[in-house]
Amino acid sequence: MAVCVRQSRNSIINHVKAKMGLLGLTCLSSSMPSLNTDHRTLSAASLAKDLRNQNSVLENKPTLYRTRRFDSTKPHQRSGVQSNVASSQFLDFPGGKVAFTSEMRFISESPKERIPCYRVLDDDGQLIEGGINVSKEIAVKMYSDMATLQTMDTIFYDAQRQGRISFYLTTIGEEAINIASAAALTIDDFVVPQYREPGVLLWRGFTLQQFANQCFSNRGDDCRGRQMPVHYGSKKLNYLTVASTIASQLPHAVGVAYSLKMDGKDACAVTYFGDGGSSEGDFHAALNFAAVTEAPVLFICRNNGWAISTPTSDQFRSDGIVVRGEAYGVQSIRVDGNDTLALYSAVRAAREMAICEQRPILIEAMTYRVGHHSTSDDSTKYRPVDEIELWRSARDPITRFRKWIESNGWWSSEAESELRSNVRKQLLDAIQVAETTEKPPLVDMFTDVYDAVPSNLSEQEKWLRETIKIHPQDYPSDFPL
Amino acid sequence: MATIFQGLGGAGAAAAAALTKSFNSKKLLLPSSRRSLAERKASSLLVVRSDGSVNLNLGSSNGRARRVDQLITNAVATKADTSSASSASKPGHELLLFEALREGLEEEMDRDPHVCVMGEDVGHLGGSYKVSEGLAEKYGDLRVLDTPIAENSFTGMGIGAAVTGLRPIVEGMNMGFLLLAFNQISNICGMIHYTSGGQFHVPIVIRGPGGVGRQLGAEHSQRLESYFQSIPGIQMVACSTPYNAKGLMKAAIRSENPVILFEHVLLYNLKERIPDEEYICNLEEAEMVRPGEHVTILTYSRMRYHAMQAAKTLVNKGYDPEVIDIRSLKPFDLHMIGNSVKKTHRVLIVEECMRAGGIGASLIAAITENFHDYLDAPVVCLSSQDVPTPYAGTLEEWTIVQPAQIVRAVEQLCQKLQ
Repeated sequence: MAVCVRQSRNSIINHVKAKMGLLGLTCLSSSMPSLNTDHRTLSAASLAKDLRNQNSVLENKPTLYRTRRFDSTKPHQRSGVQSNVASSQFLDFPGGKVAFTSEMRFISESPKERIPCYRVLDDDGQLIEGGINVSKEIAVKMYSDMATLQTMDTIFYDAQRQGRISFYLTTIGEEAINIASAAALTIDDFVVPQYREPGVLLWRGFTLQQFANQCFSNRGDDCRGRQMPVHYGSKKLNYLTVASTIASQLPHAVGVAYSLKMDGKDACAVTYFGDGGSSEGDFHAALNFAAVTEAPVLFICRNNGWAISTPTSDQFRSDGIVVRGEAYGVQSIRVDGNDTLALYSAVRAAREMAICEQRPILIEAMTYRVGHHSTSDDSTKYRPVDEIELWRSARDPITRFRKWIESNGWWSSEAESELRSNVRKQLLDAIQVAETTEKPPLVDMFTDVYDAVPSNLSEQEKWLRETIKIHPQDYPSDFPL
Repeated sequence: MATIFQGLGGAGAAAAAALTKSFNSKKLLLPSSRRSLAERKASSLLVVRSDGSVNLNLGSSNGRARRVDQLITNAVATKADTSSASSASKPGHELLLFEALREGLEEEMDRDPHVCVMGEDVGHLGGSYKVSEGLAEKYGDLRVLDTPIAENSFTGMGIGAAVTGLRPIVEGMNMGFLLLAFNQISNICGMIHYTSGGQFHVPIVIRGPGGVGRQLGAEHSQRLESYFQSIPGIQMVACSTPYNAKGLMKAAIRSENPVILFEHVLLYNLKERIPDEEYICNLEEAEMVRPGEHVTILTYSRMRYHAMQAAKTLVNKGYDPEVIDIRSLKPFDLHMIGNSVKKTHRVLIVEECMRAGGIGASLIAAITENFHDYLDAPVVCLSSQDVPTPYAGTLEEWTIVQPAQIVRAVEQLCQKLQ
């Protein structure tokens, strides 16, 4: 943490200098020592507070140096100070100095080479280089949670096919993204998911029974039967309830980060989205906002190649999503999304940066959506079966990680079969319990629309109850009232 | 601010600020370049008092100042003579409606550190109608946040902040821009408390200026209350006087539900004396503006003043109209409305939104469903024409309901039974 403090103190100063630099004022150097002395014993919490206060610290100086926000309304003053710089070399305008060039050159639409992908485990699960700092406990938990997630997906998917639940969508192929990122976070980091991240909840302690209850929309459902299957949510585990709308959660994450920033918490906001979601307007605005407000938020993109039937080549023409970070002033990294350890270390590092430096980070995890988009989709209609099979078997992230933990002596085939059969049994039990649990009562249709039930809704409920009383045969018999 | 500039809101205030702070006024208006040229030119300085008198200081040599005068006079011709609207005690302080909003906002920000403001130009510029002026200097520009231009996204940001404990006030620079935020307001803001099983709630306030009258053109004269009224999970209120503006602002901030507060572009300069003591207005209550016996006139926002002006004429003709400012657009205060209907048996709705699918349409349905037996005549609804709001002053004036039409409607309604 000490390293982080030092870095971030410098970054505050560099930050302020960069913004104030154009004013090129010598008085600023006299204000710098005071910043240093005041913040010698920084903690992350006071850091955020000081970022708020830096405005007030500088406010005591004459209005010229107020805050960067006010700079842009004083261009005439700013240019007056630039006397020692040859004005013919730079264009000085709101937003900073820009050098001139007499060569007309269009910037290429894509880099010569694609941004490389960070990975530490090769296809056979062997470390490529260096040591990764992850304990046996965490590694084994990561593996078992990935295996659990995979088993849960298989069983619930089959349950949908059997008609026991109405809808489901799997995370097959993206288990590493789910679990490794969750493992790199703390419980205080607030997660704002898309819908393909139940693994994060699993890591944090959501039970298999809770998953089943939500899918079956029974009385035990945390959402009280009001959302579709896989739309999990848990305030206790700091995981915002999934909404079906694509990318609408990205601005929410910025708002959450803004809230954490105001409170000076040692936590960040984390949000997930897919390659398709990155086309939505909310993606662009959220990245932009996060950069401008310097909000500590991790944007994790699961680039799995497909948005239902739309391949990425029809979704965008940029080099994936990672290059967009620079466009908004956000640091970004591309990671092999099927490499558990690479993800773990990247998210870990990103989290540190986000919180200590109060900035957003964009992580693009390259992976493949092995399953169909959802149970309403048959992906063999628009993509080759052998492509799916390749990624399902040869590039399975779970198998790859298993090879690594086995090579460390932390796992064995006995442990494997024990885990799998154990989880399978638990899931089947959970489904059975969920299926037979009562459905939510009628009153839950009308509560929680507002904080208190208003009169028009009580009237509607009364009317409905009367109708049911008179015509019970038209309503399901297992409908609790 | 010097007293001569008291009557300013919007472009006028910008001009005033330009004089006092030696900014180049054109530069200051750059951030709000979204507003039409007409508005920027209409910088005549006006002091509009709620007792109907208008002090016109022709700051601009623009000939249309006279027409502006005519239009503004129509807005607030009648004295607000009810004790419920103004303070009971004579001491108190006078201020304009936008200042009342700001006072309410500031009091709540002082009271609760979780309250924050976000929107375009709310910080540095103090809001397009100066409602948040001075707040960024006082609370810092993180707590009064200037956002980039992406309504859906800063509304979403407000929602995200709200679910983690803050109480944001999101300002739409003009209510019409919030059409871009419809996804967030409808799909998440109104829903997340329900779909999360009560785990997450959204104590957000979404507010902004709307309505017709400043010749802002069709896109900037939207009345969003009609579009939002079906969204479950939100509440909607419309303020019309400095007193209820402050009270509703405070109540909305304290509410645990998402509240949309509708303000009107022409009402920001209304002057009224309000109490010094702290008070809030009930979000779900209507306001009795003028008790009467013959007909119930239901109205809200700016149309209240047209109704009151018509009431003056009607009284001279021997009618006794009861005027109720419904204030709460979702849900309706059917208690007060019902009592009134039971007394007068005739209802006239005067609203500024469009006829098709408007607030009046829902109100007619609610009244007919609940109080049919008490009605002596069908409910009459006067709304704006179902046309995009034209720019030309004369056309704009006649897209909305004028006092003469209200008088005529009441005469017809009452004569039906004679």
